[in-house]
Amino acid sequence: MKNEIVVISGIVLDESIRLSLVELCQFAKASQEYVIEMVEEGVLDPEGSSIHNWRFDHKALKRLQIALRLQQDLGLNLPGSALVLDLLEEMEQLRRKLQS
Amino acid sequence: MEYKDYYKIMGLSRNATPDEIKRAYRKLARKYHPDVSKEVNAEAKFKELGEAYEVLKDPKKRQAYDQIGRDWQHGQPFTPPPEWHTASDFGKGFGGIHGGGFSDFFEALFGQANRQGADAGAGAYGRQFHAHGSDQHARILIDLADAFNGGERLITLNMPQMDSQGRVIAKMRTLNVKIPKGIKAGQRIRLIGQGDPGMGGGDNGDLYLEVEFNPDRYFHAEGRDIFMELPVTPWEAALGATVPVPTLGGRVELKIPPGSQAGKQMRLKGRGLPGTPPGDQYVTLKIVTPTPKTERAKALYEQMAKEMPMDPRTEMGRR
Repeated sequence: MKNEIVVISGIVLDESIRLSLVELCQFAKASQEYVIEMVEEGVLDPEGSSIHNWRFDHKALKRLQIALRLQQDLGLNLPGSALVLDLLEEMEQLRRKLQS
Repeated sequence: MEYKDYYKIMGLSRNATPDEIKRAYRKLARKYHPDVSKEVNAEAKFKELGEAYEVLKDPKKRQAYDQIGRDWQHGQPFTPPPEWHTASDFGKGFGGIHGGGFSDFFEALFGQANRQGADAGAGAYGRQFHAHGSDQHARILIDLADAFNGGERLITLNMPQMDSQGRVIAKMRTLNVKIPKGIKAGQRIRLIGQGDPGMGGGDNGDLYLEVEFNPDRYFHAEGRDIFMELPVTPWEAALGATVPVPTLGGRVELKIPPGSQAGKQMRLKGRGLPGTPPGDQYVTLKIVTPTPKTERAKALYEQMAKEMPMDPRTEMGRR
């Protein structure tokens, strides 16, 4: 194999990113049913009044990906992973405060 | 390749029951899960643990693994016995949730048998075996200057790749990633198709890079805003002065108004990380008093004490 290095640029998932339900599922390789369940549980909080115009931001994508991993790897259920997500975010905030 | 002692990895004895194996896995998985753990090497440990569990939870695989014998030491050079591939058939079920990231040792023992099983299955049903590669997640540390200027950065990732026989081998992979100007800590970059390879025509997974900043001697960032402490002399603070201040984009001059106190915060608009709108730089004054080294310097302090008496602690009350 040649050791050639190609410069790769990616998409920055910043505040401006908005994903539809279909896009979010594509990004995270999740099923729509599962995402809908997460919205109903209050783990994800999309903008938009109905499922057809739901828009998810970059934080939702991250939460969804972590929740999927927690459920696969640790066998957590949805409310359990919701709790862990909230605690992880709180920890992250505290960690940043400590650093500053 | 090296022998892996899966029992040792999971902290179990060789006669552990399936329940004990499951319990040990759950406990260690919580400890080393990359999303939750702050342990060093959590990711590598978690992978190793997943591999050990994959073998020990499956009675067939565990039995085959036990057959290799107990005389091996963890990390000892290892070659599978010649009769190995005919001795066992692990059927289908290649991949699973941990697919792709296992060691050479695991692949030598179980990988090829698994692939044969998968291929045979594909033949029987006339369908192709294919699977989507999984997404990879990694944290990258960059300097604040990189975020300010943008640019390219080499990152090294441990990624499994497929060799010509379709076996998965661990490879270090170096990517030259473009860092966009104005990226913030905690933000992620998605590189499509740069994750784990798919199989049999399945798409590659994606690679997510989460950006963190290396600690900087002077600056720290909150979002796009930059914070720093600026040392000033008592006379600069008292009389006012124009002093040079470092920013990520180079030096600027900051006007300190007369009568400034320690802790006063001043804003340099638009001097933070670039963006729309760009961040600001906040400068907090820190008054540094010179140590009187000569009699004359001491006399100056005494003169100040006499001519400008003050008690900065009046509001603290008495205890």
